[in-house]
Amino acid sequence: MALSEKTIDETTKNLSLPFSVKNALVSDLKKVNVSKKELEEIIERIMDIYSYSTIEPCEAAGVVSAQSIGEPGTQMTMRTFHYAGVAEINVTLGLPRLIEIVDARKKPSTPMMTVYLAQEYCNDRDKARELAWDIEATHISHLGSISTDISEMTLTIDLNEKVIIHRNITPAEIAQKLEDELGVSIVVEDNRVIIRPEKESYRELLQLVKNTQNVTLKGIKDIKRVVIRKEENIGEYVLYTEGSSLKKLEGMGGVDMTRTITNNIHEIYEVFGIEAARNSLIKEATDTLREQGLTVDVRHIMLVADIMTVDGEVKAIGRHGISGEKASVLARAAFEVTVNHLLDAGIRGDIDELRGVTENVIIGQPIKLGTGHIDLVAKQNPR
Amino acid sequence: MTYNVPKRIKEIRFGLISPNEFRKMSVTRVITADTYDDDGFPIEMGLMDPRMGVIDPGLRCKTCAGRAGECPGHFGHVELIAPVIHVGFAKLIRKMLRATCRECSALLLDSTQKKQYLSQIRTLKKMEQPIEDITNDAFKEARKPKVCMYCGAPQLEIKVEKPSTYIEKGNEHDHKLMPSDIRVRFEKMTDDDIEVMGINPKNTRPEWMILTVLPVPPVTMRPSITLESGQRSEDDLTHKLVDIIRINQRFQENREAGAPQLIIEDLWELLQYHVTTFMDNAVSGVPPARHRSGRPLKTLSQRLKGKEGRFRGSLSGKRVNFSARTVISPDPNLSVGEVGVPLAIAKELTIPVNVTSRNIDHVREFIRRGSEKHPGANYLERADNRKIKITDKNCDELADTLEVGWKVERQLKNGDVVLFNRQPSLHRMSIMAHEVKVMPNKTFRLNPAVCPPYNADFDGDEMNMHVLQTEEARAEAKMLIHVQENILSPRFGGPIIGGIHDHISGMYLLTNGKNRLRKEQIIGLLRSSDIQEIPEPAGEEDGIPYWTNKQVFSYILPEGLDITYTAGICTSCTECKKENCERDAYVVIKNGQLIHGTIDEKGIGAFKGLVLDRIVKDYGQTLAIKFIDSMTRLAIRSIMHYGFSFGIDDEDIPIEANNQILELLKVAEKKVMDIIIAYNEGNLEPLPGRTIDETLELKIMQELGKARDTTGNIAGKYLGIENAAVVMATSGARGSMLNLTQMAGCVGQQAVRGERIRRGYSGRTLSNFKWDDLGAAAHGFVKSSYKSGLSPTEYFFHSIGGREGLVDTAVRTSQSGYLQRRLVNALQDLEVQYDGTVRDTRNMIVQFKYGEDGVNPMKSEHMKPEAVRKIIESVTGREIE
Repeated sequence: MALSEKTIDETTKNLSLPFSVKNALVSDLKKVNVSKKELEEIIERIMDIYSYSTIEPCEAAGVVSAQSIGEPGTQMTMRTFHYAGVAEINVTLGLPRLIEIVDARKKPSTPMMTVYLAQEYCNDRDKARELAWDIEATHISHLGSISTDISEMTLTIDLNEKVIIHRNITPAEIAQKLEDELGVSIVVEDNRVIIRPEKESYRELLQLVKNTQNVTLKGIKDIKRVVIRKEENIGEYVLYTEGSSLKKLEGMGGVDMTRTITNNIHEIYEVFGIEAARNSLIKEATDTLREQGLTVDVRHIMLVADIMTVDGEVKAIGRHGISGEKASVLARAAFEVTVNHLLDAGIRGDIDELRGVTENVIIGQPIKLGTGHIDLVAKQNPR
Repeated sequence: MTYNVPKRIKEIRFGLISPNEFRKMSVTRVITADTYDDDGFPIEMGLMDPRMGVIDPGLRCKTCAGRAGECPGHFGHVELIAPVIHVGFAKLIRKMLRATCRECSALLLDSTQKKQYLSQIRTLKKMEQPIEDITNDAFKEARKPKVCMYCGAPQLEIKVEKPSTYIEKGNEHDHKLMPSDIRVRFEKMTDDDIEVMGINPKNTRPEWMILTVLPVPPVTMRPSITLESGQRSEDDLTHKLVDIIRINQRFQENREAGAPQLIIEDLWELLQYHVTTFMDNAVSGVPPARHRSGRPLKTLSQRLKGKEGRFRGSLSGKRVNFSARTVISPDPNLSVGEVGVPLAIAKELTIPVNVTSRNIDHVREFIRRGSEKHPGANYLERADNRKIKITDKNCDELADTLEVGWKVERQLKNGDVVLFNRQPSLHRMSIMAHEVKVMPNKTFRLNPAVCPPYNADFDGDEMNMHVLQTEEARAEAKMLIHVQENILSPRFGGPIIGGIHDHISGMYLLTNGKNRLRKEQIIGLLRSSDIQEIPEPAGEEDGIPYWTNKQVFSYILPEGLDITYTAGICTSCTECKKENCERDAYVVIKNGQLIHGTIDEKGIGAFKGLVLDRIVKDYGQTLAIKFIDSMTRLAIRSIMHYGFSFGIDDEDIPIEANNQILELLKVAEKKVMDIIIAYNEGNLEPLPGRTIDETLELKIMQELGKARDTTGNIAGKYLGIENAAVVMATSGARGSMLNLTQMAGCVGQQAVRGERIRRGYSGRTLSNFKWDDLGAAAHGFVKSSYKSGLSPTEYFFHSIGGREGLVDTAVRTSQSGYLQRRLVNALQDLEVQYDGTVRDTRNMIVQFKYGEDGVNPMKSEHMKPEAVRKIIESVTGREIE
């Protein structure tokens, strides 16, 4: 007398089990015809095991997580550059990257985006390439060679015809862009752009060469390079960029913003919000550790990501972030910049309520964590 | 008998001390800069005044009558002739001067603004949030007005000369603000105004930041030391105080004598300098005060700061008694939960025992043995708190007079619980509780299976042991941090204690393939794992019963264990032959019997051991400890039974192999030359997104890397699977095939920062190469093997690569150490609450449910879908596909 799927759903609905366990349970129960008695026994055993596997109250979860992430740090390489995913783009890996994540730097040392494309683009190599040229910052050096004529006091750019067509840009457009940016008079002859500096001086001319090279003619300024790759497992074209600028990508057609990611956590925070930043922190840290062949339970990384984002903004781990904003004067003084914290505390008239770990270690009291959290006092004369 | 329930300090309030308070807490005014008189007695009202505490043994404090060690010391004070600025507050004083009126001292903000700031500050304080942002904003706003809105006085700009000189920029001439002027201004400030500036008016007045009275720290915190020559050497703080008092005196004399303003100002500045360096001797812009020898003095700030400072060095971390440290060495015959303690240490370290009517006879035995015969006792504390040392002479007498209520410090004996630790203590498994086993000789002994959690080896490592002194501590140690409780790492939920090195080679030798063992042989193998009875023989040959090697391993497996997996020696062939694998890499354990497969690192190794993992999780930690013990013993027995050795001639490869390798390297060099020629002729096609130079380097590196790997394969083929080094590498005991390649085949490319070696002379790495030679040999390719020996250039390149590795490790340890410190500091206060949330000390919720599902990472295995399926299967008895 097998139970119907409905009764299984109903009996399991109110179990206080983690989502993944419940899903596994329900789907497996539906595959095997269980009787009511068996179902009850299964549920009882699962609940038993769940309560056995849950974390115990008063556990110092923070320290365990910190150690679990810090300890493998000693085993990581210092090798800064290596290639992740795409052979052409260098990415910081190993310990330096982990430090970068935990520091919540405004800009990582090697920003990188993985741009997924919208439906009509993702299977079309030409369209993907077109989009890539729109994203990649194009400089004059990509398009042709610059030469200066001192007698004429002019700067001449000889454009490479093939490249211009390839990159989908016309000499007129280039001239317009340069005029807007530099504010100089420009003459266009076929594939040749001639610029004359405002003042006729050699220094001015040299400065102009420099300025011209810095003008972004097309694309997004921060993105130095775009690589197109066909991802075999999802069967579509994906763009990988060196340099990151989610915000500017947002308005672009052809980009699937729901899947596009960057390794710059601050950018994710600004564009998608704090929850996304938390997830990004978890992803980046997990990837960094996994790449080094180290296994760390996600729960530890989650806790670190959570403490970094609880306040609604991404905060660094360390003196300028969480440790510097602790309530306890003694805890702050024991970490870094001891004297300043003490002087400030005096001025502000701070009160240290001695609830943390370091404070109680300093004054020699049992700490309020783990077995120290429980107040057990023997009753005198139990009779 | 009364219980002493310990009192708890609830809170500590910080604030500034007023000059009056300084005077009140002072026991004496200090007026003379001298310390001792000619007879060596401290001078009254001098810096060593006996009322400020005593440091010489035998003397008594004139204030509290305590002896040295009992008297905590008492403050004195110096009346400063003119006020001076406290350097620590110099920055704040500057901000306050700029934000307040020079006439009426009002904060230059209108009343609505003030109210707004005030309410913001108060709410933030209530929420225990930092108020810096608000006060800084207030200071910025208050700096703007050019005229005071209350009294109409025009405001002047204030310039600062580091560190503590303030100059008011007048229209005609600049006017220097003396500390006394500043003090006058600060005195006029109202409580509301100072609160907006971030000062708590309840226990602080701004004028207290300018010192008129200097407290003199007690003698006990600046003890003088008597040198061997009988000369007294004073503490740095005393030296500094001497300077202050001298200048103070001179200042007074000059002022009374009516010295010119210039001299007075100079002396004032000098006094300021001495008080400044007394507080902090590393202020920028102030030359540090130096000792006569030229060493900068260590004054108040320096005592608190840094790793060895008061906070990190003496308060957060303390030195302890009842500890021991010595070199460690392995002893596979110990249980993993035990530690071998040298007799000399066991005799020195003690455990206090309260004598009760129930244990008095037992304790008496310890005392009777004295302190020289091992499980004896060293000290006895009588009910009146008198401590008596137990010696051979008085032990009998003391044993007879022993009474209930006394305390006996008995020596460490077998079975006591101690903490064992190896630095760096990177995770909680770096300190574990072990049971003592007293042993001869002078090293700590431990089972090599516990090396991984401590990250210990026996190349001279030392470890520390701590003896627990209370019942509570022992109970906690046994239940929470015993080795047994720490087999699983909370980092990834797998076993961190398990077989290493010889355990793995031994197991591999024992279980690989099928071979037969006679009765004596299996008894020999199993004798050290408590053998009850010999299992049924697998069969008979010529009338002699025989057992299989797999049976021997099965003997130590718990009953009913079922597990199937592919071992680490699996070469991942395209089609898995499962049970018929010719390398015996498919492990099948059914009902506690090893049927097929080889046990290697993936079976019983630390971190990876699957069999071990299953046993800990399904059979519990006690059984797991037993398994590890018998497994390690069996492995050691096996390796001795089968024999295992490795020497230089194990890397010998036949001539033809050598020729093959040489040929291969020649071909590789040819290929590299081809690439270089293509590059020089401009025919090299660049890789997408790379320059031609980068492409060249990449291609050469690739080619040479491939060449090295192939030499390894050739060498590996000729060495054969029986070779000891190959056994170690494949079973995962130690080393890798790469190491073997380098020993027998070819060392390969030496790299600096992932690139071929390029630096050296201009255009070439070494002077014996041609300029712009791009070839393999000229950029650090080592084609010799370690066995054949390196040529001088190769040796040189190899040492470049080696040096990089060393630098890398040195940098990494310091960086990861700091990362760890920061992480721990940021997260240490987080705790799982009874309601399942994770909160910090402010009760702020960081996670609503720990890890989103409330599951302990150490036990997360039980909450995986596979585990759920297993339960359903075991209840219903049906399999789910």
